[in-house]
Amino acid sequence: MKLRILAAVLAAGVSFSFGPANAAELEVTHWWTSGGEAAAVAELAKAFDATGNKWIDGAIAGSGGTARPIMVSRITGGDPMAATQFNHGRQAEELVQSGLMRDLTDIATKEGWKDIIKPSSLLDSCTIDGKIYCAPVNIHSWQWLWLSNAAFKTAGVEVPKNWDEFVAAAPALEKAGIVPLAVGGQPWQSAGAFDVLMVAIAGKDVFNKVFGDKDEDVAAGPEIAKVFKAADDARKMAKGSNVQDWNQATNLVITGKAGGQIMGDWAQGEFQLAGQKAGTDYTCLPGLGVNEIISTGGDAFYFPLLKDEEKSKAQEVLASTLISPTTQVAFNLKKGSLPVRGDVDLAAANDCMKKGLEILAKGNVIQGTDQLLSADSQKQKEDLFSEFFANASMTPEDAQKRFADIIGSAD
Amino acid sequence: MTGQANAGRPNQLLRNLNSKIASIPMILTAVVIFLGGTLWTVFYSFTNSKLLPRLSFVGFDQYERLWAAPRWVISIQNLAVYGIFSLIFSLLIGFVLAALMDQKIRFENTFRTIFLYPFALSFIVTGLVWQWILNPEFGVQSVVRSLGWTSFAFDPLYNPSIVIYGILIAALWQGTGLVMCLMLAGLRGIDEDIWKAARVDGIPMWRTYVQIIIPMMRPVFITTLVIIASGIVRVYDLVVAQTSGGPGIASEVPAKYVYDYMFQAQNLGQGFAASTMMLITVAIIIVPWAYLEFGGRKRG
Repeated sequence: MKLRILAAVLAAGVSFSFGPANAAELEVTHWWTSGGEAAAVAELAKAFDATGNKWIDGAIAGSGGTARPIMVSRITGGDPMAATQFNHGRQAEELVQSGLMRDLTDIATKEGWKDIIKPSSLLDSCTIDGKIYCAPVNIHSWQWLWLSNAAFKTAGVEVPKNWDEFVAAAPALEKAGIVPLAVGGQPWQSAGAFDVLMVAIAGKDVFNKVFGDKDEDVAAGPEIAKVFKAADDARKMAKGSNVQDWNQATNLVITGKAGGQIMGDWAQGEFQLAGQKAGTDYTCLPGLGVNEIISTGGDAFYFPLLKDEEKSKAQEVLASTLISPTTQVAFNLKKGSLPVRGDVDLAAANDCMKKGLEILAKGNVIQGTDQLLSADSQKQKEDLFSEFFANASMTPEDAQKRFADIIGSAD
Repeated sequence: MTGQANAGRPNQLLRNLNSKIASIPMILTAVVIFLGGTLWTVFYSFTNSKLLPRLSFVGFDQYERLWAAPRWVISIQNLAVYGIFSLIFSLLIGFVLAALMDQKIRFENTFRTIFLYPFALSFIVTGLVWQWILNPEFGVQSVVRSLGWTSFAFDPLYNPSIVIYGILIAALWQGTGLVMCLMLAGLRGIDEDIWKAARVDGIPMWRTYVQIIIPMMRPVFITTLVIIASGIVRVYDLVVAQTSGGPGIASEVPAKYVYDYMFQAQNLGQGFAASTMMLITVAIIIVPWAYLEFGGRKRG
């Protein structure tokens, strides 16, 4: 203990004499712990350290579901970190409303975030009552179908170009002893896959009516019935993928034990790590090859209100570092996600990322379900779809009825 | 001062003063944390608190939603199945093991250690171990198949209708060692002479156990029952480690519902309603029993 205080005093002395006057240590919590994710965070830390401040890494293992309760209880319990990751949208809504989060409007206007952050819905999700409370750092989209070229070769069929072809190819895959669709057992995976099917099959307008307007009649209507029919296909194709985690499911695709997986673009990091090449080893179909639309959810950093003035000042530096073009490029290349600003050059991006950038440039985007629905409704949806995917005796009609109820009572 | 003045007849309040002072911290803990926390939880279960507690009352809405949720109903059913079977089997297996150990066998210490060892593992470790053992691709099924019986199927953790028994197996493996030790201690407390008398009267061994020994071991059984029962109601970590509630929601338990809705769904009201229901369930079992157990003794 004494030694540490001594070291801190020494360090403080050194930074007083040589470093910039406003050096501060900021603890930043996040749940990026897989190989690719950790490398991406290191880029953020490097950029922030270069401003003369110090990034204290507070990684919490075990994905968002585990990390968020810890973060929230630290903030509400009076021991806030200096900055924390959330999926921007409604996860931190109540923390902001009860005045525990810092207003970033000043720095956002000064740097003109409104003009540089594309699509503008990202910043809208950070805005509550006209004030900006978070700095978005990346765009992650859910609407991707990842296919193993090797698996289709073994089965002796062409690699499909859209969802319908994929469903048609399923019997051939099964005959070759390959699970057509890998779906992990974690509840959010089946719920997410359903949302993806909805955009692909029912289209953007229906998606917005159901999740944006919470229209119960549309949710109970014929368009969504078609989506449930497709989800019924999906669960039949997913039979036999006895894995839990999403990256284990991705691994089934990488090793050719499964034909494909519906998963967000974070799956790309796994393919990269395994040394596979887009186009030759695996194929990616945005919007399941049917409707090329991607959602623009993602990660953002929130800054709890701090008493320490020096740290508060450093929070501003961190916020502007996160948005700066160089950080955006370095971070997103490692993370496999898309940058939040349209004016940066991602020449090093691979084919799949380029497809995503193109769709983004065309403006074929929707908001993510995390942005549209409260955590409570999301959880109810997860309960429903994890049951639907695991329990073959639950009919699509029954499931749709329960789905419509959830939408009807959503807030 | 008063104590000295009434030296002839000591003040009731000051009798055993030391022990009363010593128990103040525990009394405070019980009243403030257990009772206070319980009342606070029940109180806020009638509000629509989301991420943070807030005082806006919605009557029984949270309870209505709770009992309409298929996941909660399944959780309760699972708890019932798990509870009944784990109570019966851990008592039965524990007692039989203890009775066998009590036959003056060789290497008793070794066996006792082996049977008690699983209890030293946490539920998380137990759950992970059994997740692997019951995994069809790596565990029992694959071993049996590799021995030649290729159609053998044993995958309880991936079959929604029997998954709760997969969890039960792991729980029994972990818990029966402790029950055995408690029972063994009880058996050792029985006087040798009773056995001798029974033998002289020519009573068969099993009848001696059922009609003489077990009734004499009543206090041990009650202690064991309380330990097992409290373990049943709070079962959570075993499920999380073994199945995370899956496949689908087939192995969900009430404690997991409470945690998931309080923290992941950011809906405190719903979580509080669920935990209040758990409390009521426990109370329904405990209150009549305590009344019979302690109320009866006063009369006698």
